[in-house]
Amino acid sequence: MIFDALTLQLGYNATLVTLGAALLGMAAGVGGTFLFLRKRALVSDAISHATLPGVGLAFMVMVAMGGDGRNLIGLLIGAALSAGIGLLILSWLSNRTRLNEDAAIGAVLSVFFGFGIVLLTIIQTMTSGRQAGLEGFLLGSTAGMLRVDAMVIAISAALTLALVLLLRRPLTLASFDPEFATSIGQNVRRTDLAMMGIVLAVTVVGLKIVGLILIVALLIIPPVTARFWTERADHVVILSGALGGISAFVGAALSAALPDLPTGPIIVLVGFCLFGLSLLLAPGRGVLSAVVRHRSYQRRVHLRQGLLALAQGQPIYEKLTLKLLRNEGWALPDGVATDQGRARAARALLDETRWQLIRRDPSFEAAAAHYDGLTPIERVLTADQIIEIDGRIPVPEVAS
Amino acid sequence: MIGSEFVALSLTPMLIGICVAIACALPGNFLVLRKQALIGDAISHVVLPGIVVAFLLTGVVSTWPMLLGAAAAAVVAVGAIEAVRRLGRIEPGAAMGVIFTAMFAGGVLLLEQSDTSSVHLDVEHALYGNLESLIWLDARGWGSLLDPVALAGLPVELPRMALTLLGVIAFIVLMWRPLKISTFDEGFARTMGIRTGPLGLALVIVSAIAAVAAFDAVGSIIVIAMFICPPAAARLMTNRLETQIAWSVGFAALAAVLGYVLAGYGPLWFGSADSVSAAGMIATVSGIILGLAAIWGPCRSRSGSAAAIG
Repeated sequence: MIFDALTLQLGYNATLVTLGAALLGMAAGVGGTFLFLRKRALVSDAISHATLPGVGLAFMVMVAMGGDGRNLIGLLIGAALSAGIGLLILSWLSNRTRLNEDAAIGAVLSVFFGFGIVLLTIIQTMTSGRQAGLEGFLLGSTAGMLRVDAMVIAISAALTLALVLLLRRPLTLASFDPEFATSIGQNVRRTDLAMMGIVLAVTVVGLKIVGLILIVALLIIPPVTARFWTERADHVVILSGALGGISAFVGAALSAALPDLPTGPIIVLVGFCLFGLSLLLAPGRGVLSAVVRHRSYQRRVHLRQGLLALAQGQPIYEKLTLKLLRNEGWALPDGVATDQGRARAARALLDETRWQLIRRDPSFEAAAAHYDGLTPIERVLTADQIIEIDGRIPVPEVAS
Repeated sequence: MIGSEFVALSLTPMLIGICVAIACALPGNFLVLRKQALIGDAISHVVLPGIVVAFLLTGVVSTWPMLLGAAAAAVVAVGAIEAVRRLGRIEPGAAMGVIFTAMFAGGVLLLEQSDTSSVHLDVEHALYGNLESLIWLDARGWGSLLDPVALAGLPVELPRMALTLLGVIAFIVLMWRPLKISTFDEGFARTMGIRTGPLGLALVIVSAIAAVAAFDAVGSIIVIAMFICPPAAARLMTNRLETQIAWSVGFAALAAVLGYVLAGYGPLWFGSADSVSAAGMIATVSGIILGLAAIWGPCRSRSGSAAAIG
């Protein structure tokens, strides 16, 4: 059953919804990257909550005009309008008053959502219209979706993705380096507006699939995940789109195949699993690689200090140092150096002595700045310089 | 309207609403000034998995396990946000977005997967609560306020919320000086020997306690609104923290009373028999207050920006 869903063999509607979700996931992943790079990820939370009054009002208007109020396109237009108003109020609050953007986000989010709830309770008492299903916009529901609705979602998701791909170059530039973008004549304000437009489109299209409370996750989690794997802005964009697409596809397929699995939460949790894996495993920024890096650094420091102690005939008390030396075969369990260990120790001591000499000499100031107790001096000085230094090493007096 | 019916049906929900609004608005002042306004948003989302897990573990819908579960979830969330922020070197907003959406999704999924049809536990309830149902059945009129038998029948949310409010006030009064100094100048606070890290955490925890105690009565949405809207509106009225807190308490109480009255009696004036969601209406009124303050508030513009006036 799960395999059927993943290979799109669960019927026409489920296939449309799954494909639509995947397209939407890609659009959200790419669009969310720009938000994330501009450090405005949570603006999308305000936008998504601000759709609710629009959905309610659109329903009421459609009922007043004699329909049953369930036309998806009408509801989505209402959602887009009220989200747009929310966005305007948000930017007005954060630009024109002393309030910070986070306070403006929270204010728009809670007030619009609260007003939306008021409208929903009014709708519940209305006698005309078929209000069942409006709650589906809170958490998303794709079960029992009409064919027309599935078509609307798949097509608008594809359009959103096309829009994102069309605008990706100016957006990448503006989100990665706004000053540079301005200097080459790009209108960053307009680009920002386009970015918000994309976020708005993703939110509105995603309402029915993911629901307005969780749609923000589709915009935030994929770019954050992608950021772990690469340091390049254009790669983050591509990777984030792919991750968003995969999460949405797998989530929608699972939800179609198994009972009692609401689409939105599943998609979010699939995305979160990918995030968790990346947090642990990613090279460079991942936790595991940070631990490995730390351990190897620790090992080098302990070995170096242990060798210096051996060379100077000092006892080693640190258990970890002794263990590492023993594992290398450089010392016996009682802390006595082996032949190989003595050779390494002598070399370490020579290296350290050379370092001490150049650190005292102002003419080697630049080279001495590289001293960290671990770098071999050969990496910093030429052979000739080392010979010159060696001439300064005082020859120990041999007792006769 | 001011009769025995009012005491029985409207007095307690109104008092609870006022307590919730003030208990959230007080720490909200500091959160807004510290640019941590969205902590309240994150906490109120993660309350859902907390109560669902508590329900699954105990099998009953009772207050204390759920409050503990919600509080535990809030602590887990704050820890996880901090961990993601530090381990992954991610900006705080995005880290918050990752954690609270994932936890909320987990909560919804658990709720759908477990058999909760027999009990009153659903997402809608967690979102917008049921302030209107907290009525005082034993009241016979204003005289009941002095009647110990009738007082014993008060909804349990009222004393709990009043206690939370007292706790929040106590925290702010006791910590007033360090809180004020560290909010405006963290570096200076540190040179004075104030431990700003634990203090910031304590503020978040007090906010979490207020949010968790409140959500049971009124749902999440009003909690977020009260954390942000009254303090933000108050911020536009004055430059002094003391005055700002006074304004925010006034705005919060006004929003609670006006919102409740509009929700309960407003539809009657339009000829409709049914009331609308009080929690939603209170959030809406607080937004209107903020909007008015943003248009006419005497200190609405940033100090030093000449272009902002006008």
